[in-house]
Amino acid sequence: MKKSVSIACIMAAAFGVAVPAAAFEPNRPVEFVVTAGPGGGTDIFARTIQAIIAKYELMKTPVVVTNKGSAGGAEGFVYTAGYEGDAHKLAFGTNNAYLLPVRAKVPYKAEDLTPVAALASDEFILWVNGKADYTTAADFVAKAKEGGLKVGGSQSKDVDQILTSMINDATGAKISYIPFKSGGEAAVQLAGEHIDANVNNPSENVGQWQAGMVKPLCVFKSVKLSSEAKVAGDQGWSDIPTCKEAGIPIDNYSMPRTVWLPGGVEPDVVQFYADVLRKVSETPEWAKYLADTSQSPVYLSGDELKSAVEVDGDSVSEVLKREGWLAN
Amino acid sequence: MENIGLLIDGFGHILSWNHIMLMMVGVTLGILVGVLPGLGAPNGVSLLLPLTFSMDPISAIILLSCMYWGALFGGSTTSILFNIPGEPSSVATTFDGYPMAKAGQASRALTLAFVSAGLGALAGVVMITLLSGWVANFALKFSSPEYFAVYFLAFASFISMGAQSPFKTLVSMMLGFALASIGMDTISGNLRLTFDIPELIKGVSFLIAVMGLFGIGELLLTTEEGLRFEGIKARVKLAEIGRTLIEIPRYWLTIARSTIIGIWMGITPAGPTAASFMSYGVARRSARDKSLFGKGDPRGVVAPETADHSAGTSALLPMLALGVPGSATAAVMMGGLMIWGLTPGPMLFADRPDFVWGLIASMYLGNVVAVFLVIATVPLYASILRVPFSIIGPIIVAVIFSGAYQVVNSVSDIFLVIGFGLLGYVFKKLDYPLAPLVLAMVLGDKAEDAFRQSMLMSGGSLDIFWSNALVAGLMTLGLVLLLSPLAFWLIGTLRKRRDDVAPHGDGNAAV
Repeated sequence: MKKSVSIACIMAAAFGVAVPAAAFEPNRPVEFVVTAGPGGGTDIFARTIQAIIAKYELMKTPVVVTNKGSAGGAEGFVYTAGYEGDAHKLAFGTNNAYLLPVRAKVPYKAEDLTPVAALASDEFILWVNGKADYTTAADFVAKAKEGGLKVGGSQSKDVDQILTSMINDATGAKISYIPFKSGGEAAVQLAGEHIDANVNNPSENVGQWQAGMVKPLCVFKSVKLSSEAKVAGDQGWSDIPTCKEAGIPIDNYSMPRTVWLPGGVEPDVVQFYADVLRKVSETPEWAKYLADTSQSPVYLSGDELKSAVEVDGDSVSEVLKREGWLAN
Repeated sequence: MENIGLLIDGFGHILSWNHIMLMMVGVTLGILVGVLPGLGAPNGVSLLLPLTFSMDPISAIILLSCMYWGALFGGSTTSILFNIPGEPSSVATTFDGYPMAKAGQASRALTLAFVSAGLGALAGVVMITLLSGWVANFALKFSSPEYFAVYFLAFASFISMGAQSPFKTLVSMMLGFALASIGMDTISGNLRLTFDIPELIKGVSFLIAVMGLFGIGELLLTTEEGLRFEGIKARVKLAEIGRTLIEIPRYWLTIARSTIIGIWMGITPAGPTAASFMSYGVARRSARDKSLFGKGDPRGVVAPETADHSAGTSALLPMLALGVPGSATAAVMMGGLMIWGLTPGPMLFADRPDFVWGLIASMYLGNVVAVFLVIATVPLYASILRVPFSIIGPIIVAVIFSGAYQVVNSVSDIFLVIGFGLLGYVFKKLDYPLAPLVLAMVLGDKAEDAFRQSMLMSGGSLDIFWSNALVAGLMTLGLVLLLSPLAFWLIGTLRKRRDDVAPHGDGNAAV
């Protein structure tokens, strides 16, 4: 194992593009700061990467995972941003890294963090109770226009509520939003018919879907999901229609899973971790993780990532502005 | 019974020396993280999680769940010996456990705690075995109004706890609510009471408050009283453990009641901490002779411990059946399940019966192993108390400080612990009760979230709390409990018969 990796390293060095002689290598344990509590989507994201790095020995020093998920993840980002120039702290999050400073008065700015890579994109699906009358998103929207429907989601003024606001804006529906602590809570509330719908990520509702307690109406993506796996009976991820064709004109809404360094780090440090994460994203274990959690494969780093962050940040800020949720 | 057959299959899956070894290792590690304040079961389990990536799921869950049992047991040990709860759920055990230890009954208190905890856990597993399908459906009936009603019930059953003046109780509870609201508010997504101090955005950890208020506060008092533990002269005798075991059946009513409270709070899922507080409150209220509560009444140890463990065990059921963790530790384990390639949720029972019933079978065995292991450590722990205070005191301070740092690896928490320690000392000097503050800190933000979610759902109408039989029953029960002391007091004053309340003090702790 060790041998094959070192051979791979030599090969990479031989064919590699302009690897400087004294490229950065971590020389003490690297801290993975998870900006969510234990057990959530971001936690599993970071711990899967930790497991893959350990298995393929992609880094020479050990990795320590810490959970700093209070205040919607702000705790972890503030902590990471506080280590300016430290090459041994990586923050794991979603688009909350750059959305939190826009919507709440948190003591850090998006510029205080250096983007390293985006490794997956989690999808959003409109779910209703398994016993609900509606069979299409259009039915749901028609009912929602009459008012009185409740959508539950994770956190306030975060991705779920932003999407709900976008649905209201795009269709003229009058859905009210109930914030819960996590998507898991929203999933159970829907299964118990206490709310009318949620916009959970696939992995947050898959258990309830298998049991027929909830059913998906449409996915907020321009093309159907690619996973062929069947979940409930003969229904699988690829059978879910896109929201655009089903009656909600929202083309694409997804949540990138992102990795950040503190501000003020050297470019070769960013490059080192971007390379490690790229190798992670090419392993079969990573493909299995994406399939198990029904996320879409993505790998973005460098300028590509920066512009993606800008585009996503702008489109979401527009919603925040319309709803009057801007903190500053 | 189909479930019994499945359970026997489950035993078939787990009965191997390999798994028994894993159980012993898990329980031992768990006791260790439980004893160290601040480390706690959720942290311990997440530290161990990477080790399980390469194991098969059944072995992995046995290791993790046994660590959980061990931590639950270990948490009680420091509560009783040093007034420092190792786990949030063992705070209520300090109320009577520590006075018992001070009165020279450390072995008795520890044995009572461990055995009743074991009984509570077993009752929880039996419930899971028999009722798994029904309970999962019942938990689905719970929405925000029902949660609020359960929290309200917990507050109400606790409100007349203290012998102190009701106004002091109120002050203490309000302070707890204020502390609970620091940080980000779930409903509005805004920061509250952080005063632009970065350290405050994560809120004030309940563990930090407890370590300061109870641990440091108690040390300050002890130091003032002359640098020694009071009354701890008793020799540790093995016979005492035996005598205590014989004593257990006397508390059958307390145990039965606490088990029901614990199971209820575990599956709803309000969690073990709320369960232990509520059970303590109910035990105190329903006791004919209340005078010993708070001064070393064995029922004050048995009640919270039984409820804590039956809730901790039952909390695993919503996790398996619904994919909703009933406690922080269950949340970590659920993350583990997903990494091992299992989907927690209603289909887990159908898809992987070997895993589910293997886990349930391991709960039976794991708890039995845990009870034997912890009882074996009683003489060891109890003898710690014979070490002179001038040696053990500084060690406790060091353990508390390192524990405070470990909660989220934050240096500012060490200063917070000192602040809470001073507060705890002042509270005790002025005879203010600490328990309402702690309860409000644990349940305050959850109750607030549930209340505001209910208001969002109903459009601001309080009718939602009487909108179905379940929530109406809970709310009515809560109101009755809340108002009953007032009613009794009124009747009492009308009859001009007021019992003198014994003054609180450590001097008359000896029974």
